Amino acid sequence: MTREVTAITVRPARRLAGGTAAGLGVAVIYLSLIVLIPLAAVVWRSADQGPGYFWRSVTTPDAWAALTLTIGASALVALINLVMGTAIAWVLVRDRFPGRRVLDTIIDLPFALPTIVAGLVLLALYGPQSPLGINLAYSRAGVVLALMFVTLPFVVRTVQPVLLELDTEMEQAAASLGAGPFQTFRRVILPNLVPAMLSGTALAFTRAISEFGSTVLISGNLPFKTQVAAVNIFSQIEGDNTTGAAAISTVLLVVALVALVSLDVLQRWGRRRG
Amino acid sequence: MAIEVRDVNKSFGTTPVLHDVSLDVAAGSLTALLGPSGGGKSTLLRVIAGLERPDTGTVRISGVDATRLSPQRRNVGFVFQHYAAFKHLTVFRNVAFGLEIRKRPKAEIRKRVMELLELVHLEKLADRYPSQLSGGQRQRMALARALAVEPQVLLLDEPFGALDAQVRKELRTWLRRLHDEVHVTTVFVTHDQEEAIEVADTIVVLAGGEVVQAGSPGEVYDNPANPFVMRFLGPVTEIGGSLVRPHDIEISPGPVEGGSPAVVSRVVRLGFEVRVEVKVGGHDAWVQVTREQADRLGLGPGDTIHLRPVPGARSLALAL
Repeated sequence: MTREVTAITVRPARRLAGGTAAGLGVAVIYLSLIVLIPLAAVVWRSADQGPGYFWRSVTTPDAWAALTLTIGASALVALINLVMGTAIAWVLVRDRFPGRRVLDTIIDLPFALPTIVAGLVLLALYGPQSPLGINLAYSRAGVVLALMFVTLPFVVRTVQPVLLELDTEMEQAAASLGAGPFQTFRRVILPNLVPAMLSGTALAFTRAISEFGSTVLISGNLPFKTQVAAVNIFSQIEGDNTTGAAAISTVLLVVALVALVSLDVLQRWGRRRG
Repeated sequence: MAIEVRDVNKSFGTTPVLHDVSLDVAAGSLTALLGPSGGGKSTLLRVIAGLERPDTGTVRISGVDATRLSPQRRNVGFVFQHYAAFKHLTVFRNVAFGLEIRKRPKAEIRKRVMELLELVHLEKLADRYPSQLSGGQRQRMALARALAVEPQVLLLDEPFGALDAQVRKELRTWLRRLHDEVHVTTVFVTHDQEEAIEVADTIVVLAGGEVVQAGSPGEVYDNPANPFVMRFLGPVTEIGGSLVRPHDIEISPGPVEGGSPAVVSRVVRLGFEVRVEVKVGGHDAWVQVTREQADRLGLGPGDTIHLRPVPGARSLALAL
């Protein structure tokens, strides 16, 4: 059977072949030195004393509690950021109000501030001596708060440029075709934002599961209650159990990888579906 | 009247864009809003669509006061210069958009969308995404999308402005034929007088935020309301203090009654037409003649000739 219409595949033109090869080489070497080899070393170290030891290290009550708390809190924080980050990006791009530029700059502060300082500030504001009368110290809510603070910029900063580039004539076209503001948002704006929203959320999630500095003060590091995985890893190292520490790190690595890959798959699926 | 615009004023900040604009568009007509850029024609179109709100004045569509209606309730089809395609939807879903919003049954939507895609010759590309289409195809898709909801009026804002010259010419002819088939009241904005004359049955000339003249292409071309319109609608030249079309000038070798003496400075052959550049009364002018006339007169630089408007030629006296 012959097909009448053959799909046209567009291939990027081959250009600057030599430059590309050199660039690729540099990128691979750089990535290997900075990212791949250290990560491989962690995974390698975790398998030092066999799979049995790996499993036991990960499932000790305190390690397991730290892992589940970290992943649960990170997922919650990622979801909150998905909604709030998108809303903030929207306000920054679409609304005109005094102080907009200041706000736009402040968004990046959680990136700029050493996370331990963030922890100090949060403890001062929401700790036992809270001037607001809100005490979240040594509670899981405190952990969530600290993670929210640190990961806020991710969704905002991934959604904002897409929103800026979004063709407002698409919205006018939707309106002239009879769509109300809500329908326009759901059918036209949201589908164009979803990829950026998801990648921002994935970044926030993966950042949250590895967070140390901001949570270490406000959480009080109570094992089984508020100790996050990164702190647990730290205490394992202090107790001279590097293999155990590497094992927990490996679990975090795998969770981050799964999150990133599944998001990518989700996006591809979304694009195909349209 | 399909569209009645009355005394519309509109400013952006302190810049006035429309000044006391009134306009009637007959049902079933194909009207061009023609004018230089910055003349207010796009703003007027957007006021009719409800995408801009006039400061004062009213807009009636099919007899109903639409001045305060949102675009969503006007049932107006709008086509943008840069297509405004829904990038995340296929061609089919783009065209189906308005019908899906209206919650029409699936089967009906499918039938109507396929009909429209055939009308705009995109039926084979229904499953493509806008990014896989050429500019001309995207604009035809946008047109089908606007027509899908059976709008009372169809508004096109410089619809061919982003396309290259060849595609532009094709789409012009095609739009004219489409209008003869579909008969929906259509208003399109253009700054290209040739496009307006070729496609429209009514031309409204807008300049400086005001309607300067409205009429059929013939009327506007032959009886321009003022020198501006005459210049904008086609080539002009100045002889004896009047604006004349260069093809409305008679050349005689000897003196004639009512003629002005002129000296040929250059003769340019452009295919079948010949452009004779002259000096008359101390300034430059030019005359368009056929090659045959030029050969008969045997013109060359330095020759003295006599010019006068042909009988029945339209000319406008310039205020000095």
